[in-house]
Amino acid sequence: MPERAAIELKNITKTFGSVVANKNISLTANRGEILSILGENGSGKTTLMNMISGIYFPDEGQIFIDGEEAVIASPKDAFDYKIGMIHQHFKLVNVFSAAENIVLGLEEKGRYDIKAACARISEICGQYGFDLDPRKKVYTMSVSEKQTVEIIKVLYRGADILILDEPTAVLTPQESQKLFAVLRRMRDDGKAIIIITHKLHEVLSLSDRVSVLRKGAYVGTVKTAETSEAELTEMMVGKKVSLNINRSTPENPKPRLEVHHVNCTNREGALVLDDVSFTACSGEILGIAGIAGSGQRELLEVIAGLQKSDSGAVLYHNPKTGNVENLQNKTPLQIRELGVRLSFVPEDRLGMGLVGNMDIIDNMMLRSYRKGHSVFLERKAPKDLAEKIIADLEVVTPGATTPVRRLSGGNVQKVLVGREIAASPTVLMAAYPVRGLDINSSYTIYRLLNEQKERGVAVIFVGEDLDVLLELCDRILVIGSGKITGIVDGRTATKEQVGLLMTKSEGGEPNE
Amino acid sequence: MIIAFIQRAILLGVPLLYGSTGEIVTEKSGHLNLGIPGIMYVGGISGVIGAFLYEHACGNDVANMNPFLAILIPFLASVAGSVLMGLIYSFLTVTLRANQNVTGLALTTFGIGIGNFFGGSLIKLVDSEMPSIVLTKTSKFYSKTLPFADDLGWFGEIFLSYEFLTYMAIAIALIVTFVLNRTRIGLNLRAVGEDPATADAAGINVTRYKYGATCIGSAIAGLGGLQYVMVYTDGVWSNDAFGDRGWLSIALVIFALWRPNMAIFGAFLFGALCNAHNYIDGLGVATQELFKMLPYVVTIVVLIITSMRKKREHQPPEHLGLPYFREER
Repeated sequence: MPERAAIELKNITKTFGSVVANKNISLTANRGEILSILGENGSGKTTLMNMISGIYFPDEGQIFIDGEEAVIASPKDAFDYKIGMIHQHFKLVNVFSAAENIVLGLEEKGRYDIKAACARISEICGQYGFDLDPRKKVYTMSVSEKQTVEIIKVLYRGADILILDEPTAVLTPQESQKLFAVLRRMRDDGKAIIIITHKLHEVLSLSDRVSVLRKGAYVGTVKTAETSEAELTEMMVGKKVSLNINRSTPENPKPRLEVHHVNCTNREGALVLDDVSFTACSGEILGIAGIAGSGQRELLEVIAGLQKSDSGAVLYHNPKTGNVENLQNKTPLQIRELGVRLSFVPEDRLGMGLVGNMDIIDNMMLRSYRKGHSVFLERKAPKDLAEKIIADLEVVTPGATTPVRRLSGGNVQKVLVGREIAASPTVLMAAYPVRGLDINSSYTIYRLLNEQKERGVAVIFVGEDLDVLLELCDRILVIGSGKITGIVDGRTATKEQVGLLMTKSEGGEPNE
Repeated sequence: MIIAFIQRAILLGVPLLYGSTGEIVTEKSGHLNLGIPGIMYVGGISGVIGAFLYEHACGNDVANMNPFLAILIPFLASVAGSVLMGLIYSFLTVTLRANQNVTGLALTTFGIGIGNFFGGSLIKLVDSEMPSIVLTKTSKFYSKTLPFADDLGWFGEIFLSYEFLTYMAIAIALIVTFVLNRTRIGLNLRAVGEDPATADAAGINVTRYKYGATCIGSAIAGLGGLQYVMVYTDGVWSNDAFGDRGWLSIALVIFALWRPNMAIFGAFLFGALCNAHNYIDGLGVATQELFKMLPYVVTIVVLIITSMRKKREHQPPEHLGLPYFREER
């Protein structure tokens, strides 16, 4: 088939404040072809696609559609250019039927005729091999059916350039195969298909060409037939960058927390943790690496008693008494009453960690309110603690009585970490503690984690930057689709090794 | 006796039907308008003001009054008054994103205050001995029924003996049902109330639909106030006589499961329940009050049953009561 460029990006740059999300990116998607955009979290894939679908507007660069320069200022413009994007989060009205969702917002001439719409939907389904009842209500649908509705919605509007943002993240392997079959049929029909993904095996089995992004920059495009998993991984993670984070040798590590064969299903009924087992030792930092949404959050919540697990055990070795307690399916309060000093820095700082509208002192009291002995609040101790944290961690704030919401991200994080550390924990769990922080704040957090480690605390650090994980952590546990795909030594492992484990979602043998 | 009971129930049910149809339209856009009692009250007093001015302009003589204008002027005044209230509500809750419950309750207090202020002023203006305004001349025009109803026996009495506002209430409820379920506008409106972000992404102007639904809903509800003063009380306005009909309308929305065609049946049932105590002999003052509770008891029972059945179509719009910010995810 002759290559016809459906969409061509030239030197696209997009910045958010001081953060460069996309830097000088040029790439081409042809008709009758499936192009994969591959990259780690935060590599700018979604930002780039959002510019094609009209959600963002590029700061610099041009977009050509069918060889002509196009200005895409809104989702409606994108639709006029026959571009359809299927987002990761579905935009569907739950109590509506599939057909009602598909025709919603369309300004067709003539009277509103849902029967005619159903007929056309069935026709599209037949053409591409979808399996969907147009009269079915969305709230009774499975995730893959909802995705089908989203795809048909775009096709119904006549799109011939389709962008799918991590379409298989929510699908079972069988559903993914079905989706791939449909996508291939659309490709053969002459549509241009772009899929955003970080799953290497999908890239290799589905796409014709792969474009790789790394940290907002364009790395290159290769033909799938001429590449290998190893080459793609290297393009994706890049060469190792030295960060000079201090790392001491763990002193006298002893098992502190043992997780045995934990399984966990989320509210949608999907298995998010699949037979997870590991041991976190005192005096070491255990890193957890993985693509976002692979089960990291659920793992920490199961340990902290915020999420119920289906089976397995979470054993805690009490360093004072030597007792072993099972924390599985206990509430945070029960865990605390067992004498377990567990601190948790959640990824959602202002949602789960702190109350945005309350000041620093009151936020300190959230953890110690049970200590009071009278009906009245004792504000002296929390006030001292708040002031100590502000001084020690160099929190930039007008005072201890400023609402936390008004602090910058880095300072919010310092307040939260400071409070969790002040409880002198024996296990400290931190999920993405440096996300959105500048370099200096990040290093403050690394220093604090290292101090805790030296004090003999078992630190569990969930991170996304592989360079940081490799320099900070003593051991790195890699998780993929809820399964542990490997545990490596932070001192000897290479970036490629971890990257490969991260993208290996099925059949991964743990290799130490 | 039974015929009189049914007639009375329907007469009592009509303001509730207007109120709840209006509230359903508003709630379908995701706005819980607790200002409905105040809006119905304003709808009533605005109609009274319109009628009062027209009667005075005609020198208080029926012979000078044009039947068409005598109906049209209070009608338009009532609609204008309630739309104004609807605009206040939508400006506060849609544009300024104020809390809907607080705004609604404030609007109810405000509406009743406005009604009593103008009601009191008019009473003072005519130097009436009774604390009420009597607009029987206008009311006569509103109370015209179908001329051939009397010739058709019990059938005529039950189905054809009503004023045009009664038939209009039923017609509006049926039209609203049709629009909501069978037209593109209805589909878009329901989408706005269920999931405004999705509606927005689909290119629907969420703000316009919210304003439109609130104002049209208010206009419909205000007619309930007009029917009350022009038909039910035969043109006699007394301050605070409207009672808790507004709250009953909101209860009726829940009873009808957000479906105006169900509200027709519900309104007449509520009318019957409200009135039952007058038709049962030997009730004391205390037991009468117990009977007046029936509509609320029925609403609670319906709520319990629908909550237990958990059918999604019977639930309120998903985003009812929540403000919509485009930037917030």
